[in-house]
Amino acid sequence: MPGQLRIITGIAAIALVAGAAAAFAVAWRPQIAAMAPPRPDTFDPDIVKRGRDLAAIGNCNTCHTVHGDGNYAGGLPVPTPFGTIFSSNITPDAETGIGSWPEEAFVRAMRSGVGRDGRHLYPTFPYDHFTNVSDADDRALYAFLMTRQPVHASPRANQLTFPLNYRPLIAGWKLLYLRSGDVPSDAAKGAEWNRGAYLVEGLAHCGACHTPRNALGAERVNAQFAGGDVDNWHAYALNDTSRAPVRWTADALYAYLRHGWQADHGTARGPMAEVVGNLATVADSDVRAIAVYMADVSGAPAPDRKSPTDAVAPSAAADATQANATGAAIYAAACASCHEGGRALPYGGVNLALSTAIAGPDPRNLLNIVLSGVGAVPGERSPIMPGFAASVDDAQMVALANYLRSKFGKRQLWKDVDKAVRDARAVQAASLAAGDAPADSSQRGKP
Amino acid sequence: MTIVKVNGRDHQVDADPDTPLLYVLRNDLALNAAKFGCGLGQCGSCTVIVDGKAVLSCVTPLLLVEGKQVTTLEGLGTVAAPAPIQRAFMEEQAAQCGYCIAGMMMRAQALLMRNPKPSDAQIRAELEPHLCRCGTHMRILRAVHRAARLMDTADAASDRSVR
Repeated sequence: MPGQLRIITGIAAIALVAGAAAAFAVAWRPQIAAMAPPRPDTFDPDIVKRGRDLAAIGNCNTCHTVHGDGNYAGGLPVPTPFGTIFSSNITPDAETGIGSWPEEAFVRAMRSGVGRDGRHLYPTFPYDHFTNVSDADDRALYAFLMTRQPVHASPRANQLTFPLNYRPLIAGWKLLYLRSGDVPSDAAKGAEWNRGAYLVEGLAHCGACHTPRNALGAERVNAQFAGGDVDNWHAYALNDTSRAPVRWTADALYAYLRHGWQADHGTARGPMAEVVGNLATVADSDVRAIAVYMADVSGAPAPDRKSPTDAVAPSAAADATQANATGAAIYAAACASCHEGGRALPYGGVNLALSTAIAGPDPRNLLNIVLSGVGAVPGERSPIMPGFAASVDDAQMVALANYLRSKFGKRQLWKDVDKAVRDARAVQAASLAAGDAPADSSQRGKP
Repeated sequence: MTIVKVNGRDHQVDADPDTPLLYVLRNDLALNAAKFGCGLGQCGSCTVIVDGKAVLSCVTPLLLVEGKQVTTLEGLGTVAAPAPIQRAFMEEQAAQCGYCIAGMMMRAQALLMRNPKPSDAQIRAELEPHLCRCGTHMRILRAVHRAARLMDTADAASDRSVR
């Protein structure tokens, strides 16, 4: 018996050691030696310029810049179901930023989510998409970031519960979900489509918001572009389940991404306002490529959707008015003067029968927009709408949302609208307390 | 007949529930501080305070202020006894043509009631919905800071009507 026990113990010990060694091999990444920050004039200005456009396509500033603080200095709290993660400082500050990172460390971070010191980075940094970015584009992004103004700022520590604060676990996540080389390519579809696929699935990481995530926070591969969540907004479905009352075409998408609004669909707002703000500054050809690819992905419309040539008649559902006199009265008195004023977008409001927010799966976007309005973008022409948080109480807001849903969306009423109103108000209050200015074009960093 | 509570008093007005509050204030009650600018909630000159919060009275129908306390600039102070916000705007000479100023003062007042010591950035963010074509923006900023100091030191007796 002692002999057998010793053998079993021995086997168990070998298995443990082997398991530990395997886990170590999976999780361990070497440190890459620090270097002195390179001088900005050692970078080719043309490559820096290309990096600037790529950074705009990648929306780096949206997460890595806090409004009113230094560009790319990080510190933005990103709420996740697992806790709050604070974005990192990606200015070339040697101590608190990436100033001491050689180019190979930057490329490794983009490709596989590992910091210069060998630590695994949380996938809030969307390296599951950035892994598809080419070497040349990574080099250009590096050149752009290393020529920014260094900002000495250490982001706050992440607020994650055990065991999620144990970074080697991220290696397991990567084994499950980090796939490189899954950018679709199809020579038959032409160069524009393929360029769009490269950008959308890579640097632009559209799926990070527009694809729903599983319990471990990874994008669900079988529900690509089926609609996701970002902050207290719904990121609309972009595939064939889209609720847009009029089908998106490549031309419509191009105009929307380029200008921030489109007559058949309305205005970009919430987190998407920052995306179109960035896309307004990059090459036409890249915006067009993104539009061509996404229009193809969105596929054939669901049968109840119209093509852009079908006029959407102003709806006159008398029953909606009778059932909800309060909502109808608020709409007529407060909303209709802009939304039925006959002025074209972006100076007038969108015909609400065209609104994806009202047709959408939940009321969050509609409530955010009615309560907070659409803020002006400093220094740019942009659509605006006043917020109504101070003039409607919760019951009035619910009545208005239900009225809009039945009259213009012609769909079943949403559930729990009253709770959604309270949530939207809480988000608005937090944003007011932080003195949040609207999306600021000066935050985009120009070389 | 609808009852509307303005500057601490109940007023009976003969107006439909969908009438913009601004029209009632100016046409029925002869309270002309709030101005008609764009009529679309895009310029801020019609701003008044409802239950302590700044609202755009041109896009706020009467039915939304039922039972609520409306405060206009006339309710803050008088020529003889101006409120701190009014004194501050005069002392900084923040008005040029003056068309936007009543709205600016009302939103600034609402801000100061919520946050007695706002930062420059907070004042700028708060007043963002207001347009001024004369260009006294820097004086307006200084006036709001000055009003904060005045409210801190003086008794804010003239603000009592604001709820």
